[in-house]
Order: sequence, then structure tokens, then C-alpha cells
Amino acid sequence: MVLAESGFSSPRNDAFPAGLRVLVVDDDPTWLKILEKMLKKCSYEVTTCCLAREALNLLRERKDGYDIVISDVNMPDMDGFKLLEHVGLEMDLPVIMMSVDGETSRVMKGVQHGACDYLLKPIRMKELRNIWQHVFRKKIHEVRDIESLEGFESIQMTRSGYDLFDDGHFLSGDDTTSGRKRKDADNKHDDRELSDPSSTKKARVVWTVDLHQKFVKAVNQIGFDKVGPKKILDLMNVPWLTRENVASHLQKYRLYLSRLQKESDIKNSFIGMKHSDLPSKDSTASFGPHKAMNMIPDDVPNGTYSFSASNSLAQNVDLKGQGDLKGITSAPVAEPKGALSIDIHDSHEAKSTQMSFDHSLGSVDSAVSFASFNSTTPLQYPWTEIPEIQFKQECEPLHLENGFSQLPLPGPSMIENEANRSRIEVKPLLEESRSNFVEHLGPVGAEDLFPIQSKSQSLNNQVFDLISATKSSMKTQDVGLNYLADSEFALRNLNASGVGVPLATLSEDLQICWLQGDCYPMNYGLQDLECSTYDNPALMAETPFHLYDVLRFDHEHLFDPTEYYAIDQGLFA
Amino acid sequence: MDVVNQLQRQFIDYSASLHREGFLDDQFTQLQKLQDDNSPDFVVEVASLFFEDCEKLINNMARALEQQQGVDFKQVDASVHQLKGSSSSIGAMRVKDVCIAFRSFCEAQNREGCLRCLQQVTHEYSLLKNKLQTLFRLQQQILAAGGSIPVVE
Repeated sequence: MVLAESGFSSPRNDAFPAGLRVLVVDDDPTWLKILEKMLKKCSYEVTTCCLAREALNLLRERKDGYDIVISDVNMPDMDGFKLLEHVGLEMDLPVIMMSVDGETSRVMKGVQHGACDYLLKPIRMKELRNIWQHVFRKKIHEVRDIESLEGFESIQMTRSGYDLFDDGHFLSGDDTTSGRKRKDADNKHDDRELSDPSSTKKARVVWTVDLHQKFVKAVNQIGFDKVGPKKILDLMNVPWLTRENVASHLQKYRLYLSRLQKESDIKNSFIGMKHSDLPSKDSTASFGPHKAMNMIPDDVPNGTYSFSASNSLAQNVDLKGQGDLKGITSAPVAEPKGALSIDIHDSHEAKSTQMSFDHSLGSVDSAVSFASFNSTTPLQYPWTEIPEIQFKQECEPLHLENGFSQLPLPGPSMIENEANRSRIEVKPLLEESRSNFVEHLGPVGAEDLFPIQSKSQSLNNQVFDLISATKSSMKTQDVGLNYLADSEFALRNLNASGVGVPLATLSEDLQICWLQGDCYPMNYGLQDLECSTYDNPALMAETPFHLYDVLRFDHEHLFDPTEYYAIDQGLFA
Repeated sequence: MDVVNQLQRQFIDYSASLHREGFLDDQFTQLQKLQDDNSPDFVVEVASLFFEDCEKLINNMARALEQQQGVDFKQVDASVHQLKGSSSSIGAMRVKDVCIAFRSFCEAQNREGCLRCLQQVTHEYSLLKNKLQTLFRLQQQILAAGGSIPVVE
């Protein structure tokens, strides 16, 4: 176990759980003293404070200074639950609640707000001795998430994704992890430190379009056969990126390419798509979700598309042929440059971040596979058929996306089943983002997705779908967030992200629909969110705060997928 | 040595009676176990904190209940809740039990009931304080005589 600065890789390694850095918050001085003593007896490193505000300051000052927080429920300056939310959102640390009151409703509230445990006072030594498990568990999930997210291995992701979905965990109400992921809108711009990604284990590498482009460029420069993570890293010249990041990304890239090739063959025959090789030149690939999104692979060639090598390689095919696709308008995304991502301009960073591995959900289905389609590979844009298929499968949230050439869009196709294989190609990006989002958002899932800047309506749709898909996938891990709900989020995100695209109309429409029963304006201000560079995943993660907020409010009520679905259908039908 | 033994026996007996009579529960024993060379006065320190907190809370409650204009029961309840938490820290069982009853009166917004509980709580608190002080004095005497504090299970 590496306890780093971020918590897992410090010299305390061997001793773990000894040296666990605990922050105790309790307004009762007697308990504070006792807990401090008890925790010290467990060989933990203890910091105490009696005010919630103080605790938050401490946490913010030293982003990776603590491994776990234990807090009383009743405090004078701030409700313990609120503190819990803040910590979960901002720092993503495990939080244990304590109280002398053991009423079921209180305990439930604690869990809903994201507490990983709820202890009753008087607390016994043995209870404290075991708190390290929460830290450990989180680390494991994070690692897994990172790997999945970065992985092109869609299957892997699919697997995890399916697992998640199978559990029927769609974010409904608060889920511990998702709750954590919820960002507090108030804090999102706040002293949110941008922790140096390279120094914290928590930092998630978001393989944004740009980053992936650099990567691919480096790979091409070196020569695909001769590449090695170190060489790539050097060429890329991205200071915060680690060799490990590159190594895992490279692995995925390789897998992705090989899968692309394979699938492209299959797909060609299977679907009879004529564009099988759609090398990016096809702008019309309207892959997008059946919702008539067109993913415009226009830029495919240039851009780095992250494809999640999902089951099927979506080809840039005119989805219209698909039939299911509703009104897919092939409006190639006028993405200027090659990045698939529908421009994820600055926002994409935000998106990326969002998409970044927020592992809470652990449903990483996106193996973002960035394929550099710079004429080197025939791109099978996964986006293509996905949407359709996805929707067909109710709970395959992942299907979104396709059309989103937005990089960070999580590839929805993770969940595709074989049948859809050929059709749905999950956009790796999407998936990645999706997973990221998922993790990240918790209930919000889709919010992260926004990065999709759809340049056109279709894009919007696509994004929407993607988001939906993503959402669903995201939720899988923790809660079965109906992908429909995801759609909603996606929609929100769309709006929220304020992508400066012609989404406006669509968004509004959608917005209206979505607003049904939901009072949050779509544009929460996401537009205002500064999309920090993707170098700061943490920052990015903040973007959807607004959305989170909204979602958070909602989370108490399970999302009723049907509700959203109806809207969805109505909108896109 | 005789003196030490005697004192120690006294200590054990006294401790046992406190437990028996419900003044202290297992939590107190836990606190004693936590005491070690690093913090030899741990229990005494915790008890001091507890007394301070108790007095403060009782005063708050008294003030709130005295309000002629209208008692803010929420505030009283908050204080009682805190006292309950505090008493659980040291194992003050009887005080805690009164707090439980106290809270119901708060919820019912029963001023009379609350006042009665306040009286009871004050009484129990005083009793406990005295008894603990006696216990600590015994401890001091044992140590002064060169003996060690026996662990009472």
C-alpha cells in the first residue's frame, strides 16, 4: 500500500494502516480528547478540530494531507451532513460520521450524504482500529477506475460496466460514492486547490483530445513499432504526466488499434456499411445516438478520437440507414480540427476533467481509446451506431455517445451487447469521459459529459445521448442511474456546459422538457465554469458543480427513469 | 505496603460501587485503559473537560428555560443532546439517562417537565462530580504511597 503524498505512497507504506492520517471533527471537547487518544493508540496520525469550518480549511490547505475524516453529526457552525458533503465533493475523502444518536433515520441520512460509516457514541477502540478499510477501499476503487478509464480495453470496461449495471445500481438518491462525487457548487470555484496531478494519486489523468493528440504525435514520431512509454513521455513534454500514465495509455491505444482493425473488418461485412473505412473524411458520419445526433467524424482524421473500443466499431456510417436513429442528421460536426471532440475547446477541458476518473462510480467503461486517425488508421468511429442501440437497451446507458466526437465523452458502447457490436461503437472518448463522469458525478454523471460541445444540433443530440449513455453507465457502479436520467443530465450538461454551439435551440427545447418536474434551469452556470485546463483534473471536476447541485437535490428522490425517458423520447422522437 | 494495599482495595471497592450504582459504565473503564505512560493523567483530564462542558450546558439550559417570553425548546434540546454526548464520553450513565427523558420533554415542549429534568440533571452531575473527585483522590494517594492504580474490570 503506498501512502503517497496523496495518501498512498509515503514511507508509511509498510506500516499501513499505521500512520493513517485522520482528521477528527467534534465540538465536544471531551470526545475530541478521547478520540485523539484512541486514534493515537491505533498508531494513526491525528489532527483534531472542533469546528466544521476549521476542518474544511485544514482540508483545503493540505489537499492530500489527510486520509480520512471522522466527524460528529451535530456541530454548532455547520451541520455534520453538510460537512460530509463538502468533504466528499471537494476532497473525495472517506468520511465517517459519529453521533450519540443512533436513530435509523439519522444513520440513513448519513449514508445518503455519502458517509462511509456511521459510528455510535460511545465509540470503541475496535471500531476505530478498522477505519483504515475505508481508505483502502477507496484507493482500490480509484486505481481500478483509472485503469478502466484509460483503458481502451472496452471489454474490460464493459465488463466492469456490466457488472455495475447488473447490480442495477443506478444512482438513485445518494449513493455513497456518488454522493462524494457531487460537487458542491459553492465550492467549485473556491479554494479548490489544483493539486498537482503528478503528485497525487488521486489526480486522474484525463486523456483529452489534445493530450491524446500529443501522444499520438509522439508515437508516430517515434515509430509505432519502436515506441516505449518513456520515449513518448519525453516527446510529449507534458510535465505532469507520468510514465505510468503513458504506459497504460499506450497499452490501451495498441489494443484499441488492433481492435479497430479487427472490428472494422467485421463491421464491414456485418453491417455492410459502406463507410467502413471511414477515415475521417467522412464527415457525415452520423453516428450518433439514434437521437439524431450526428457525430461528426469530420475531424476524425485529425482529431484524436477516443474510441472505446467497444464491442463494435462504429463506422462512420450514415446512421440514417440505421433506421433507429431518429432523425439523425448528418451534420458533420464542423470540428475544425481534427479532434473528434466536438470541440471541446476550453470547455473540453472541463469536460475532460469531468470525465476524468472520478472513480466513485467505478464504472469505467470508457476505455478511451484515442486513435489518431491521422490517416494512419481507418477509423471506425465507434460513434456511429451506438445511440440507437443503446436506447434500445434500456439500461445500457453507455450507448451514448457516439457521436460525440468529443473526446471526453465516454464511449457508450461499453455496454453494447454483441448484437450491437457492429453498430455501436462507443466513443472511446465518450466512454472515458463517461466513466469519468460517472465516477465523478455520482448521481450527476452526465454533467461531466458536457464537454461535448456540439457544434450543431446534431451534436447536441449526440451529446445528449452520450451523456445519457454515460450517465447510465456511470451510475452503474453505484446506483443504477437510469440512463434516461443520464440523458437528462446529459442534457443539462449540454446546456450547462454552455458550449458555445448552436445547441441553443435544441438545448432549450430539451431544457424545457427536462424541466418538467425539475426546476433547475439547464444552464446552471456551467457556462460560467471555467474549464481549467485538463491539466487539472481536479479543477475540471468542478465544472459540473452546478449540475451536481441540482442533481444533489434530486438525488434524494430516485430518478424516475421513465420520466426522463419520456421526455427523451418526446424530444427526439 | 499495607497502606498501599489498603488504598488499592478501597479504590477497587469504590470503583465497583460506582459502577454498580450506575454512576459510571463501561466507558469509564475504557478510559482508564487508554491511560498510559504517555498520558498518565488522561482520565483526570477527560473528567475535567467533562465537568466544564457540563456546567456550561446546564447553564445554557437553565437560561433558556427561564425565558419568560417563551422557551426556545430547540435550543434546550440542542444543549441536552450535547450533554448526552458528553456524558457518554465519560460513561456518566445516570446523567445520560436523565438526558434521554429530558429530550422527550423538550420535544413535547413541556416546560415543567424540562425544569424537573434540569434539576435532576444538575443533581446527578453534582453527585458524579463528587464521586469522581473522591476516586481521583484515592488514586493520588495510592500513587503518593508508591503504589499503582489497580485496573478494575
